[in-house]
Amino acid sequence: MISPTEYLPKSYHARVSTYWWLKRWAYLKFILREASAVFVAWAVIVTLLQIHALTRGPADYAQFQNLLRSPVVLALNVVSLFFIIFHAVTWFNLAPKAMAVRLRGKRLPSVAVAGPNYLAWLVISAAVAWILLRG
Amino acid sequence: MANRITLEVTRYHPAHDEKPQLESYEVPLRKEWVVLDALNYIKDHLDGSLSFRWSCRMGVCGSCGMTVNGVPKLTCATFLSDYAPGPVCVEPMKNFPVLRDLVVDTSDFLMKLGKSKPWIIRKVEKPLDEEYFQTPEQLDAYKQFSMCINCLLCYAACPVYGLDPLFSGPAAIALAQRYNLDSRDQGASDRLDILSQHDGIWGCTFVGECTQVCPKKVDPAGAIQQYKLTATMEWVKSLVLPRGAE
Amino acid sequence: MLFSVGGVVSAMLLPIHLLLFGLAFPLGWLDPPSYERLLAIVSHPATRAYLFVLCSLSLFHWGHRFRFTLYDGLQIKHLNELINIFCYGGAVLGTALAAYLLWTIP
Repeated sequence: MISPTEYLPKSYHARVSTYWWLKRWAYLKFILREASAVFVAWAVIVTLLQIHALTRGPADYAQFQNLLRSPVVLALNVVSLFFIIFHAVTWFNLAPKAMAVRLRGKRLPSVAVAGPNYLAWLVISAAVAWILLRG
Repeated sequence: MANRITLEVTRYHPAHDEKPQLESYEVPLRKEWVVLDALNYIKDHLDGSLSFRWSCRMGVCGSCGMTVNGVPKLTCATFLSDYAPGPVCVEPMKNFPVLRDLVVDTSDFLMKLGKSKPWIIRKVEKPLDEEYFQTPEQLDAYKQFSMCINCLLCYAACPVYGLDPLFSGPAAIALAQRYNLDSRDQGASDRLDILSQHDGIWGCTFVGECTQVCPKKVDPAGAIQQYKLTATMEWVKSLVLPRGAE
Repeated sequence: MLFSVGGVVSAMLLPIHLLLFGLAFPLGWLDPPSYERLLAIVSHPATRAYLFVLCSLSLFHWGHRFRFTLYDGLQIKHLNELINIFCYGGAVLGTALAAYLLWTIP
């Protein structure tokens, strides 16, 4: 920092507002992207509750299923799903920036790195669904 | 198109102002004028005390960075007609202390740039009559990051830099990467020691605004994420081979 | 490091989990597996390990990311001891809970 002198008594330091992230759409998108982590944690909580109910027996599990059908929980899960997909999409789209993959000296375009991620996502999701839905 | 436009410009004199205020000036709106032309018009005809930095007026020196309608821009590369009918708000770059009017104190950046050691570091010097050869592929590895003109728009755009005084910032890290990736350089570990301290590179949360505002397409956000990956790999390697590969 | 692996794991797996268990099954779009079948799947050691990794890494991903969101978004870095305890402590707690639950499945 430049020290104050006779001719330059002081400089002005603007305080960063608590609402800096509302000032530009890009900043808000960033905060929403980071907030998706909260819904990741929620999904884990739901999973753990489900395992717990499963362990306690069919009656408890049926009760848990009913809980999942209640409007409040359903709404929360819809919002959560949106944010979790938002997390996945923004994650896969940003991955190419972090990995500069070069082939024969030329940098591969982003889609060459993001593409395989999306494909893996599709394949893995299909595998999980198949395990749960068959038989 | 009208032939006048209003500019609202920050005025601040540390000796007699508590804080910066906006003042309105009406300037001609010429098709080929940039914001810098308007500022020079104000200084030449309306108020000679207006202070601002500029030099090359063609987007290569990095002097004229300011905030135009809330967005960090080079005023020599921002056309006035894009903002018609106006008004156009011209403020100093964010996240830096304001010295006077549109002039900011960039000494913090210069200190952080120094920590990046932005020069070729050799452990073993070659004799003076031997050249360092470099293929086009080797040049391509770091060329993008070498385009930085130190205009500091990325610092103005970065919310983390505004919030965290210890964060090195986009340009300093991108320039460290520029030398790390240079085939002639042998100083990657020296730079890593300094930058991988907590807020050096790890303060970055990949907002990505730095890359959006960069006038030379340096992609500092990409540089930082790549550097994070490198730093993590080095850390893993140091766990697995403690005395190995140095 | 945990943050990035957690990010990949949560991005790849949580969407389909939440889609099925949170929406498709409760709303009747698809037939859920029966209680017996689900218990059989979950009690398999491979599934237990899979669920443990999924839950634990996702929680550490949340903890690390939320910590920075609190620092930068709300500028409460001066509360950083509390934030660290809440975020990383929370992740550790959740991991321990997951381990316990997955261990005690019949």
